Amino acid sequence: MAKKKSDNGATATATADNQKADAARGDADLRKEFLRSMLLQRRFEERCAEAYALGKIGGFCHLYIGQEAVSTGTLSLLRPDDYIITTYRDHGQALARGMSPRAVMAELFGRKDGVSGGKGGSMHLFDKATNFLGGHGIVGGHVPIATGVGFAIKYRGGDQVCICFMGESVVNTGAFHEALNMAGLWKLPVVYIIENNRYGMGTALERASAIHDIYERGAAYNMPRAQCDGQDVFEVRRAVAEAIERARTEKVPTLLEIRTYRFMGHSMSDAVSGTYRSKAELEEHLKRDPIILLRAAMHDAGEIDDAWMAKLDEDIKKEVQDAWDFADQSPEPPLEALWEDVLVDTTSDDVEASKAAASA
Amino acid sequence: MPVITYRDALGQGLREEMQRDDRVFLMGEEVAVYQGAYKVSKGFLQEFGEMRVVDTPITELGFAGVGVGAAMVGLRPVIEFMTWNFALLAIDQVVNVAAKTLYMSGGQFKMPLVFRGPNGAALQLAAQHSQAWESWLAHIPGLKVVAPGTPYDAKGLIKAAVRDDNPVIVLEGEMLYNTKGEVPDEDYIVPIGKADLKREGDHCSIITHGKMVLVAMQVADTLAKEGINVDVVDLRTVRPMDVEAITASVRKTNRAVLLEEGWEIAGIGAQVVDYIQRECFDDLDAPVVRVHQADVPMPYAKSLEKAAKPDAAKTIAAVKKVMYID
Ligand SMILES: Cc1ncc(C[n+]2csc(CCOP(=O)(O)OP(=O)(O)O)c2C)c(N)n1
Ligand SMILES: [Mg+2]
Repeated sequence: MAKKKSDNGATATATADNQKADAARGDADLRKEFLRSMLLQRRFEERCAEAYALGKIGGFCHLYIGQEAVSTGTLSLLRPDDYIITTYRDHGQALARGMSPRAVMAELFGRKDGVSGGKGGSMHLFDKATNFLGGHGIVGGHVPIATGVGFAIKYRGGDQVCICFMGESVVNTGAFHEALNMAGLWKLPVVYIIENNRYGMGTALERASAIHDIYERGAAYNMPRAQCDGQDVFEVRRAVAEAIERARTEKVPTLLEIRTYRFMGHSMSDAVSGTYRSKAELEEHLKRDPIILLRAAMHDAGEIDDAWMAKLDEDIKKEVQDAWDFADQSPEPPLEALWEDVLVDTTSDDVEASKAAASA
Repeated sequence: MPVITYRDALGQGLREEMQRDDRVFLMGEEVAVYQGAYKVSKGFLQEFGEMRVVDTPITELGFAGVGVGAAMVGLRPVIEFMTWNFALLAIDQVVNVAAKTLYMSGGQFKMPLVFRGPNGAALQLAAQHSQAWESWLAHIPGLKVVAPGTPYDAKGLIKAAVRDDNPVIVLEGEMLYNTKGEVPDEDYIVPIGKADLKREGDHCSIITHGKMVLVAMQVADTLAKEGINVDVVDLRTVRPMDVEAITASVRKTNRAVLLEEGWEIAGIGAQVVDYIQRECFDDLDAPVVRVHQADVPMPYAKSLEKAAKPDAAKTIAAVKKVMYID
């Protein structure tokens, strides 16, 4: 359960974002939407594993299976003009933000129609249209960038927020410390979300961090902080809504630790269990599969039945198959693309034209 | 034309760019209240306020990343490193993010930002504070790297850097801040990627950049008294490099000396020599000679430091060597 800290007198009051989050508990349509969003991520990732085995996806590939309530819960609260930045474990968040499964799969296949024209791959999904500022591959490296986005929002006097997802290993990097210190110092509208899935590759949190309730690190940055259950999409929404509200209205950042678990190996080369975690431990966590939990609750409440569920399954399977087919048929990037996008040949010599181009 | 210092030329260029575009801001250690560690931003806080002239904690990695994030969403940050030696802590942001995001995003996210600060050795600051970083940075596709050697070029290049929609590295000469030169009061830019023939002569080309331009000019003066006239090719930008200017000069003089502040191995001079052997193989009358820092960390002792640094005497000897004099 979430613990709330009120060190900064910054616990949320009942406000718009909060009410929105709470309302979801009573809104069957929204719940169906969450289930759909999570299931899409799950099926998409399962097909990624298959595509990887077939050699259609190469390089490093990190699946999001088990953590879907975090992306769905968080991103369902965002406005279109808010910003997201994340790590290499980015497929689920990209889909939850509304990027097209076709364009994401094509990117993973390294094809021309991928979101980044096949030049980023699994770890580097970017999408200007949804303000998705990238999957980043250097552990901790993207956290200062989120602080910079917060700085830009404040500079322009806007009321957007920036969501920064990270794994729990990130809290041990210098980049995390530097970035959160500045955000706390300058009061920037950033919500730093630690997806604590207990492991950084094979290193358990307890073997890497001197403290284990890592949201407490927010104290060092005078930052409101909280911890919540990441397998319950409503808990995620409750905690994130509070943080977003605070960022939007008070320009105060939050450090949120969301406790979750990854059901697959770290990446495709890592066994699901065996060395650093036992099968028994994994099985214990599988009981709290976020999709099963939500489905069961909705079933019990009589909101969905087996036929509805079967139809949803079928629809999503089709959608993912369509993404696969699209990616498969998309051509390889043209060889000229090798030399493109290293630099642009534009300047801001004409300030007004440059501003217009930047906001286009 | 007004004669001002390199420091003031940089300040003037930056101030003009901040006046013409409200997206431009300056961030770094001691840039605001202290007025700049090297006083480049003197008066900026008073003129532009604390949202646009931002003092940071000692957090190079962090504030370089803040610049990157702000640039990604439409601002035009100028990130000052107190010196480039400290930028090593921020190199992940410069190399892995600023330089690569446009490419990795398939052209979606431009990175209009400037990383600037003093580069190269000053006097007796010893090994950790005396190094020239240009070959490290010039190695990276996705960056532009400029190294102005005169006040005129400093103002023109800093303005071009701010206006460029790519990440631009500005390597300022720590020992140049007090040097003076003619700088027009008006708005002008020096194009990035264009070298400047700072002295003309037929006997040998001295190809250089940054602080060493000053040394090359002294060498040219001294040699002229002996009847030896050299071309001084000031690269001004080390990435992208003006290969045409290099080859035009070498084809004329048939001899070249490469002068740089950094170390020998994989240095800027090594790259220039490669261009020369590719483009001017049949034009050469002698092997190219390089002048650079001794291949050791910079020593503290005055005598040793002098021995380690490239200077006028070493450059003169190099010119004479390629001319087979002595
Ligand atoms: C600076 C850096 N060091 C090491 C790595 C290799 N690496 C990639 S992911 C990872 C584990 C990160 O774990 P965590 O932050 O908990 O995220 P998770 O993978 O669990 O989502 C490591 C060590 C890296 N990418 N960057
Ligand atoms: Mg982890």
